[in-house]
Amino acid sequence: MSARPPLIVVEDLQRAFGDRTALSGVSLSVAAGSICGLIGPDGAGKTTLMRVLCGLLRPDAGRARVLDADCARESARIKAELGYMPQRFSLYGDLSVAENLRFFADLFGVPAAERDRREARLMEFSRLGPFRYRRAGHLSGGMKQKLALCCTLIHTPRVLLLDEPTTGVDPVSRQEFWAILGELREEGLALLVSTPYMDEADRCDMVILLHAGRVIARGTPQAVAAGFPRDLREIVGSPEALTRATSVLRDRGPAGLAVHRFGDRLHVAYDATRDSEAVASLLAPLGVQAVPVAPGIEDVFVELMGREQAVAR
Amino acid sequence: MSIVALPTGGPAVLARGLTKRFGKFTAVDAIDLEVPRGEIFGFLGANGAGKTTAIRMLCGLLKPSAGEACVAGYRVGPESERLKRHIGYMSQRFSLYDDLTVRENVAFFGGVYGLSPRRVDERAAALLPRLDLARDQGRLAGSLPLGYKQRLALGCAMLHKPRVLFLDEPTGGVDPLARRRFWDLIYEQSAAGVTVFVTTHYMDEAEYCGRVSIMAQGRIVALDTPAGLKRGTSRRSMQDVFLAVVGS
Ligand SMILES: Nc1ncnc2c1ncn2[C@@H]1O[C@H](COP(=O)(O)OP(=O)(O)OP(=O)(O)O)[C@@H](O)[C@H]1O
Ligand SMILES: [Mg+2]
Repeated sequence: MSARPPLIVVEDLQRAFGDRTALSGVSLSVAAGSICGLIGPDGAGKTTLMRVLCGLLRPDAGRARVLDADCARESARIKAELGYMPQRFSLYGDLSVAENLRFFADLFGVPAAERDRREARLMEFSRLGPFRYRRAGHLSGGMKQKLALCCTLIHTPRVLLLDEPTTGVDPVSRQEFWAILGELREEGLALLVSTPYMDEADRCDMVILLHAGRVIARGTPQAVAAGFPRDLREIVGSPEALTRATSVLRDRGPAGLAVHRFGDRLHVAYDATRDSEAVASLLAPLGVQAVPVAPGIEDVFVELMGREQAVAR
Repeated sequence: MSIVALPTGGPAVLARGLTKRFGKFTAVDAIDLEVPRGEIFGFLGANGAGKTTAIRMLCGLLKPSAGEACVAGYRVGPESERLKRHIGYMSQRFSLYDDLTVRENVAFFGGVYGLSPRRVDERAAALLPRLDLARDQGRLAGSLPLGYKQRLALGCAMLHKPRVLFLDEPTGGVDPLARRRFWDLIYEQSAAGVTVFVTTHYMDEAEYCGRVSIMAQGRIVALDTPAGLKRGTSRRSMQDVFLAVVGS
């Protein structure tokens, strides 16, 4: 995999807006045939980074290159080979689903046969086929998002930048969308995808966690998850038991303990050698116990962001 | 069949055969619902299933093509104007004014709900600190991070102390930590007796609801507690339940 050429290369990128730092010393590289996931809270710099990469924004310092072209000066040269889906993609509300797709296919100069083949595939994933003739303005929120995705994927660039592409997209379509991204990876594209869904971060080859313009964790999803800095325990029980356990641990638990709901269970982070007994005795009366569990990316995110924000406030 | 206006002890949301057609297309197809007061009800479903359309009917913003509904004790349609004073609605594209400050947005929505300026001050003083927005009062709403915008939109929908809150994808695009903070607020409201009717595409959030319905193509195709849905479909997570029920 490391033999593949890097198609996106960013070195020590800096960018500020007035006195607000948007990017500070960001470096990364994304190889052909791989997906890099960008995660981080709102305002972390994800969108700024994407805008620099597609030449819409000049960095204050550092280098950003896509397909060997300098993003600030040579982006016109690679326009046809770089696909970008901004967070707020504009569709033509008074054009139909099919007309929007045609419009973007023509814009990118996609040959008719190729366009028809892709359109069929995209209509299938998005389940928009039955609504082909509906005005885009009359689609539901998630359907609009999926049409925007289809318009972005109607041509085949070599590098694809997707800024929170699946926000508002239902779980079935999200799964199918990631199957398409998997195919594009096989075709050798380099993809940079930002997402608030941690299960999507898990599907990437590499993950970058941005906070306040800085990279605070990076690596394969497994490596990032393994970087969880404390001991993690899981509590399973009825919703009522979990609610009681949450308040007992928050009110009377050892200092520094963090407790978060993870769907139908609780995840509790603390220093096990120091606090195990205290936690066990708080939980015993509730009839639940804390058992060791392997951390995931979401645990790392919640832990690191919780710390950063505690410091910031 | 006819639903009479219910006394305040009745369910918070009651719908019978609620239907919406756009031309020949049926967006909401005769749905039945009954949500008791104080429940957190998860209104899930595929894209385009009809969730937003159904919510807009329940809020008295869109006229049903057929069927009946009763929300917070008021009949949708004949009593829609009174109904609107007792419910809060946070739309999928929440309608804040980006070029007004946080405090100005609060004042604006207070006016919409017919609150006196003094009452708006009282509610702002009570709500903004709880939403962690007190220090951002003078900031333009458009400059807030998304998680904060969402909390402001929730605050604006709660100014008039509604009995039922309709939240249409309140956490769309929000990071995991901000989503948990938002759910703390939802729990707080529910504990205070407010009924919360919420849509989401995050399946971990489905677990935070008392009961959950799943819609596809205008119909409710599943409705139970999260545990009941998992048991009934022999699936281990709500994500898998959703894929089993909605995926073809
Ligand atoms: N004004 C309209 N004219 C025609 N069709 C409409 C109109 N408004 C909504 N629809 C259609 O009604 C269906 C239901 O839309 P709705 O917005 O209720 O879906 P939703 O369940 O909220 O989806 P999402 O999860 O994507 O938000 C969709 O097929 C949509 O295209
Ligand atoms: Mg909707």
